[in-house]
Amino acid sequence: MAELTKNVTEREPILQVRNLVKHFPLTQGILFKKQVGAVKAVDGISFDLYRGETLGIVGESGCGKSTVAKLLMSLETATSGEVFYKGQDITKLSGRAMKAVRRNIQMVFQDPYTSLNPRMTVGDIIGEPFEIHPEVAPKGGRRRKVQDLLDVVGLNPEYINRYPHQFSGGQRQRIGIARGLALNPEIIICDEPVSALDVSVQAQVINLMEKLQDEFNLSYLFIAHDLSIVRHISDRVGVMYLGKMAEIGTDGQIYEHPTHPYTQALLSAVPVPDPAAREGRERIILTGDVPSPANPPSGCRFRTRCWKAQDKCSTEEPLLAIPERFRGQDVLAAHESACHFAEEKAILAV
Amino acid sequence: MRDTTTVGDELTTDTQTAGAPSASKHAKPAKKEREASLWSDAMGDLRRNPVFIIGAVLVLFLLVLAAVPGLFTSGSPFDATACKLQDSLKTPSSSHWFGYDIQGCDVYTRTVWAARNSVIVGITTTTLVLLVGSGLGLIAGWVGGFVDSVLSRFTEIFFAIPVLLGGMLIMSGLQGNAWTVSVVLATLGWPQIFRIMRSSVLQNKNNDYVMAARALGAGTWRITVRHILPNAVAPVIVVGAISLGVYISAEAALSYLGIGVQPPGISWGLMVSDASVRWLQAPHVLLFPAAALSVTVLAFIMVGDAVRDALDPKLR
Amino acid sequence: MTIIDKTSNVPAPRSAPEGTPLLEVRDLHVEFHTRDGVAKAVNGVSYSVNAGETLAVLGESGSGKSVTAQAIMGILDMPPGKIPHGEILFQGTDLLKLPAEEFRKVRGQKIAMIFQDALSSLNPVHTVGAQLGEMFRVHRGMSKKDATAKAIELMDRVKIPAAKARVGDYPHQFSGGMRQRIMIAMAMALEPDLIIADEPTTALDVTVQAQVMDLLAELQREMNMGLILITHDLGVVADVADKIAVMYGGRIVENAPVHEIYKRPAHPYTRGLLDSIPRLDQKGQELYAIKGLPPNLLNIPSGCAFNPRCPKAQDICRTDVPVLHPVTERDGADLPGRTSACHFWKEQIHG
Repeated sequence: MAELTKNVTEREPILQVRNLVKHFPLTQGILFKKQVGAVKAVDGISFDLYRGETLGIVGESGCGKSTVAKLLMSLETATSGEVFYKGQDITKLSGRAMKAVRRNIQMVFQDPYTSLNPRMTVGDIIGEPFEIHPEVAPKGGRRRKVQDLLDVVGLNPEYINRYPHQFSGGQRQRIGIARGLALNPEIIICDEPVSALDVSVQAQVINLMEKLQDEFNLSYLFIAHDLSIVRHISDRVGVMYLGKMAEIGTDGQIYEHPTHPYTQALLSAVPVPDPAAREGRERIILTGDVPSPANPPSGCRFRTRCWKAQDKCSTEEPLLAIPERFRGQDVLAAHESACHFAEEKAILAV
Repeated sequence: MRDTTTVGDELTTDTQTAGAPSASKHAKPAKKEREASLWSDAMGDLRRNPVFIIGAVLVLFLLVLAAVPGLFTSGSPFDATACKLQDSLKTPSSSHWFGYDIQGCDVYTRTVWAARNSVIVGITTTTLVLLVGSGLGLIAGWVGGFVDSVLSRFTEIFFAIPVLLGGMLIMSGLQGNAWTVSVVLATLGWPQIFRIMRSSVLQNKNNDYVMAARALGAGTWRITVRHILPNAVAPVIVVGAISLGVYISAEAALSYLGIGVQPPGISWGLMVSDASVRWLQAPHVLLFPAAALSVTVLAFIMVGDAVRDALDPKLR
Repeated sequence: MTIIDKTSNVPAPRSAPEGTPLLEVRDLHVEFHTRDGVAKAVNGVSYSVNAGETLAVLGESGSGKSVTAQAIMGILDMPPGKIPHGEILFQGTDLLKLPAEEFRKVRGQKIAMIFQDALSSLNPVHTVGAQLGEMFRVHRGMSKKDATAKAIELMDRVKIPAAKARVGDYPHQFSGGMRQRIMIAMAMALEPDLIIADEPTTALDVTVQAQVMDLLAELQREMNMGLILITHDLGVVADVADKIAVMYGGRIVENAPVHEIYKRPAHPYTRGLLDSIPRLDQKGQELYAIKGLPPNLLNIPSGCAFNPRCPKAQDICRTDVPVLHPVTERDGADLPGRTSACHFWKEQIHG
């Protein structure tokens, strides 16, 4: 575990996210719209992604994790904040410069059924990146390259003229991955890449992604809600709640020594597929639902569902930092956690 | 980091077998590889649909009739000397299958020649409506925001005008022929296509594959042409095909009311109108153009219906 | 507010009461006639549930788990669906032989279903109070006022906070977890004997999932209902089920009490599913993956449907369809409730 941490810190960050904010305006009016509020989908997120590593982002629906993916891909415009790719702030880039950066940051989508255009053949879908960036592959060699990509993701290269609906979910996700690989990117943002797949197929796709990471030295931002899969694939894990990062650290720090109450609740709620292992296990069942991101609680956003909440939590927003009590100690609990009362709690890890 | 050197090799074989079972499954229909698109599926459906075949044969026949009426009749309705008043309202005979109208003109010749105006109106109106409606609908749906608001409100104004009433209003100041009638019908008909295209684009533009194209750096033009249009166009085609017949009957209605095609132009609506004064004495003068109109409208609607069934994803 | 509790030990499987089970499905077959041929969705499924018992039906998409449930509920689309063979005995009567009107009565009052997607299962134009109340007005002939009072009572019972104030809200005004509670309230309204829950928590977040499953289990215990829980999630099953039926390619491949199946599965498919869950000690290694794809229902492999993906497949697996063999201990001692449709179940369970 220590070796893992060391290894990461030696590496250079390839992507640095600083105070990223995305507010979706809520508007009213027929012809002239006026803003009546905002959904604070992402509200000040910072993290680094290192070359060759996998950073897992977990959180429940509505926590803003998918919006983070879209912001990093510039599919949405950030309200404020910066995203540095190799030191260059890509949120401020012009169209042409952005297009060049896009070659290096690609995405794999959640739903293999809607992310492939049903009117295009597999060859056209995987070949489209080359049409948009003709400098990557000369025209004559594109078909060959598409077939190579199919081969790389474990599909028969002869499938090139088929349409997406002729494939199963797992095969389609392989096609989506091939499209993401076409431009030889350095970073792939994976937004719930296996959650739409059958259990027996999920493992195949996860294995493929790990193989490709080693082969092409890719960095993954792996967004998912399945904690056991995130743990398997990630080097570091960030936990998001209501547009904020609650806790971030190596997988061992987050899963075995969580200090944020939300992380603890999340981990304890995971159904463990073994009745023997879960007997006598402590479960923290949060009551109520996640508050609306249009009107988040003051102070700490988790306080409305937190069993530790005190007055301080409603007035003072906890910052994401190594908790004071663990500062300077060489323990796994010493990692960034946004809680005033961060402490360890033994939770059976998934 | 992960210990990975041993992992890669084994995995390749594993992932390759993953595709294998379906490889054998798909091996059989290998010769028609590229045919499995929605359009080719739809074509396959249509070919097996008797409604479509009957409709299509009728439509084809009608098109030939409109293009070269001389094939079917040697007479011409524009030959003033061909009509003799002494033949007025004569009943059908072996030499004049449809009989004569009030003016003593051959009803068969006029019915055959009138097909041209109906076809012109049907096709021109539909083309105009598709171009204007889907063009503006595409812009409204794709650009969104203020442009969408303005275009949508503008469309609603046109949508609120009933076709026949609006047609009467506009045509009253115009020279009535097939082309002006087409323009008038198109002016009043495009909002329907606009709405369908707009909602179809709105539905499609948030699809993940459009996101994926944007993530690759695709420009607006590429996204519109490669991703939005091919997926949005099906419902528009369906409505277009069905409304072609509707426009033909609308032309007949306008002409019947005397505000569509004007004499000496000929139209089934006009013929019905002329015949209606004496229809008790000479029902055949009314019957033949009316029947031609009904069969034509029916044929187009049959084709449109069959196309809808073939393209409607809910039925597949 | 938060509840921190110790999980009670999983109760031992309740002993089956004497006489007929609450629901018994016998050799059910369901086919769909499509343009591309006949899809055999269910091929001879038999299972039974007793009052107060939870049966988990585990399977991937296309395994036939949901189609079986739809057949029990009588909500199969027919055509294209067809039930060429089989019996569905509910309290001893074959539902498939009942006249439509009587089947409808049983379905409304004695069997209820909870769906995965609560938003699309609730009518968006009526308030939840009206939808809950309707159950009482239609089936119990209550007045509007009484029905609303009942609706509030139900909402209280499924622990929707401020039920009285929210009875007039529309479904979209509730969160996903609350909507699923409303679905549960609707299912419970007429105090049915059997509830079929089709992936009831799949669309929910982890922290909400636990709440909803707890609620469902609690209500089931209180009302001594039979529960059929259809899911693909091995974790959810472990929490609440008494016994498990694993389905693959339209057949049940393994039956077992919940404790047993995790300890020593008797079918290679179950083994594969359990192995493909990422475990702590496998970090950094390749995950175990069942190779290949789930079967195409238009063209189910001959013999055992799992044979193309099975690491243990022999020639016999490609030719002979395995029946559900009773599974026994190595010494031949009975293992009650355990069966496996594998020619090599002995090798699988006893190594």
